[in-house]
Amino acid sequence: MRNILFLIFIVMSCSKHENVLIIQNKGSDTLVNLAQAWAEEYKKVHPQVAIAVSGGGSGTGIAALINGTVDIANSSRAMKDEEKAEALKNNGKNVSEFIVGMDALAVFVHPANPLQGLTLEEVACIYGEGGKCTYWSDLRGTVVPGCQGNKIIRVSRQSNSGTYQYFREAILGKKRDLKLGSMDLNGSRESIDLVEKTPCAIGYSGMGYLSKHVKSLCVSKTSDAECIFPNLKTAMDKSYPISRELYMYTSGEPSEEVKTYMNWTQSEEAKKITINSGYVPAPKR
Amino acid sequence: MFKPSIHLLNKEIREKNFKNALSLITFFLFLPALGIIFWLFIKGYPALNWNFLTQDPIKGMTAGGIFPTIVGTFWLVIISVIVSCPLGVLAAIYLSEYAKDGFLTRTIRLAILNLAGVPSIVHALFGLGAFVLFMKMGTSILAASFTLAVMNLPVIITSTLESLKAVPQSYREASWNVGASKLQTIRYIVLPNSIPGILTGVVFAVGRSAGETAAILFTGVAFYLPFLPQTVFDQCMALSMHLFTISTQVVGVPEAYPYATALVLILLILSVNSIAVVLRTYFRTKRKW
Amino acid sequence: MENKITEVAPLTMEWRHKKSTKPKSERILEFIIKAGGLSCIILIIAILFFILKESAPFLIDRFDFKEFFMSTEWYPASVVKVRYGILALLVGTLLVTFLSMLIAVPLGLACAFYISEFCSPQLREIYKILIEFLAAIPSVVWGFIAIMMINPLIIYSFNVPIGLNILNASVILALMSLPLIVSVGEDALRAVPETYREAAEGMGATKWEVATRVLLPAAKNGLMAAALLGVGRALGETMAVLMATGHSIQIPSSIFEPGRTLTATIAAELGESPKGGEHYQALFAIGLVLFVLSFIVNLTADYLIRGRKK
Repeated sequence: MRNILFLIFIVMSCSKHENVLIIQNKGSDTLVNLAQAWAEEYKKVHPQVAIAVSGGGSGTGIAALINGTVDIANSSRAMKDEEKAEALKNNGKNVSEFIVGMDALAVFVHPANPLQGLTLEEVACIYGEGGKCTYWSDLRGTVVPGCQGNKIIRVSRQSNSGTYQYFREAILGKKRDLKLGSMDLNGSRESIDLVEKTPCAIGYSGMGYLSKHVKSLCVSKTSDAECIFPNLKTAMDKSYPISRELYMYTSGEPSEEVKTYMNWTQSEEAKKITINSGYVPAPKR
Repeated sequence: MFKPSIHLLNKEIREKNFKNALSLITFFLFLPALGIIFWLFIKGYPALNWNFLTQDPIKGMTAGGIFPTIVGTFWLVIISVIVSCPLGVLAAIYLSEYAKDGFLTRTIRLAILNLAGVPSIVHALFGLGAFVLFMKMGTSILAASFTLAVMNLPVIITSTLESLKAVPQSYREASWNVGASKLQTIRYIVLPNSIPGILTGVVFAVGRSAGETAAILFTGVAFYLPFLPQTVFDQCMALSMHLFTISTQVVGVPEAYPYATALVLILLILSVNSIAVVLRTYFRTKRKW
Repeated sequence: MENKITEVAPLTMEWRHKKSTKPKSERILEFIIKAGGLSCIILIIAILFFILKESAPFLIDRFDFKEFFMSTEWYPASVVKVRYGILALLVGTLLVTFLSMLIAVPLGLACAFYISEFCSPQLREIYKILIEFLAAIPSVVWGFIAIMMINPLIIYSFNVPIGLNILNASVILALMSLPLIVSVGEDALRAVPETYREAAEGMGATKWEVATRVLLPAAKNGLMAAALLGVGRALGETMAVLMATGHSIQIPSSIFEPGRTLTATIAAELGESPKGGEHYQALFAIGLVLFVLSFIVNLTADYLIRGRKK
């Protein structure tokens, strides 16, 4: 018995560490990988500051900021006006907004799929409520080899994720919903893994997550416009139709430590990490 | 010499077929159990080494190890046991030594049964509503451990109750007759004789909470933390949650990593459970009655 | 029991007198023990209370019975019109539970029969350890197995486009609830008095006849309880079904279509719904539905087990 207690004691004391300042950073699952990579690197530069990153989604981060339980909220969508008002009411401070990077949502299919690109309208026809495209043949008579029944399997994300909401807005505008019956997966990895193994499937995710086992499609605004692939350049100049800003929010003017961190995220060093993680650095502000 | 009639022979053949069929079914049902661990081992082995166990995850969790998740799981499990063990033992003592057969006892039994049957995600909702929000613990190790403790309570009560009931009534009577009070009897006679049984239950509860994911999802586990938890009011990472994240959310994790994480989780639980099995066997052979 | 002794033997009272000089502390301790005894009742009420508390605004203001239970449109984040219909989720939960029990109950009970009636004692010990091993595999690992192992297996063997579907979840749930069904079923069979078997065998019955004509009727309630506990387990499972079903809001037209369950919906969406919002409250209302479902299943199982004991 005593031995067991001793063992427990050892394990517990392993986890002691010197006093550091902790910055709580929470929110978007899209941003979480980048935020975590930054946190890791920042720990090396400023060992006295630790950044605790957790995901949970843009809504969670913003809600936590409103409740005053985090220092920085990550979000893959802009904060709504009523959310800003609520934060002002709760904390007595206006939120400060930082654009920390850009992201393009890539639409991708199985490598066996002969499609090269889609128009926004076609994406809306596949995903949007009331859209009539249920079979691949509905899209310019495409036949996907290896796909039983030629039916489109729509891979999507859970309906309150920032990625889902941005995707909806980008392809359907603000007045239309996505069709039910898609596979609403929990994360980008799951989406990509699934599409990689399923010839019938189509999915979307941040372009940073793309692997070489899925085929990214080019997207054009209209049928006669140029079809554009998502990459660093097209996302930055916003010529790729489904690209968006990534935000970090703080309550009021950030404190000295938080400010140092926010500035650091725009340094050359941090931008390198941004690119390596598959995101696009924010334009100069 | 007697010769069995055709009828009897048929019967015998049928009987044999029946037995063989059952044994085949049973065998094939348990094949997956061995198959799974074998398969996890084959797939996860390449990633499994000392560094994997002792390093922090790095490069957006696509490299490095799983050390903080193991530490986090330890925290959660230990604190939940510290909470649920005394409560569970008290409840079992009440049921076995004090409760009379009646409405109250029946209700308690029903409550235990239902507590054991409540879906883990409902426990998570309860933990979120009661511990995180109402008691203002925030998402913390404490809130997650409390949620796990509530989940484990029925396990501990049931096994403790069993071992308390196994202490022969004559032991208690002997103790009362030399003048010990009821409490003294419990303290010096009943409890010492049932400690191994209680420990077995506790160890099983430890194994169960180490693998639980849904209940800690919203109550105290973080996606990634660059530091190890310092106090119970910090968040932590957990092995089970980590397996969920790296197998669904993080892109670019080497193929062997989730397998190795699953393997570590299973081996951890199995070793804990083997302790329980050994304890139970030891308890049976040492029993004085 | 204790009262009787003190009444019959006043002498012991005198001996005890010296030791019970601190009756107050004993009384406090006994009070604590009693409080511990009541803790389970308090907890189960607290669970109900907090779930009701969190979902109350939704239940009072927004709740529409017809929409909630009869509509398949679960649109908590809609930009057009927010709708909370859980029919598809409810059907998903029931379908997956039913199918998994279709697999697990006959197999599990066959297994219980074998282990309790035909097995040699050594083999029985081995199987019992295996059962415990199977029961110890955490649900997130089962989910991982569903994605990595069962998914390709289903695609390969049935030649269907997607392996994350109702069938996958049912197989996983069957494997998960087997240990429970086998061990409770075996307990029920072993509770049948040995004399029943001896009497039947004495009359020349074969083991098959003993099993079907004597044991099955005698242990009927216990076996049904075993099945029901399996149902309870399958109903409440979260992580494994979240990963295995394909998580798609629709009433599946075949077992090869993806679906979604109540539990998985809470697990997937609660994290991102701001606390106190309507969506958040609706998820707690789903929790309430789950609580009630599991309550009914468990009470029935308990009733059956009690029936057996009488």
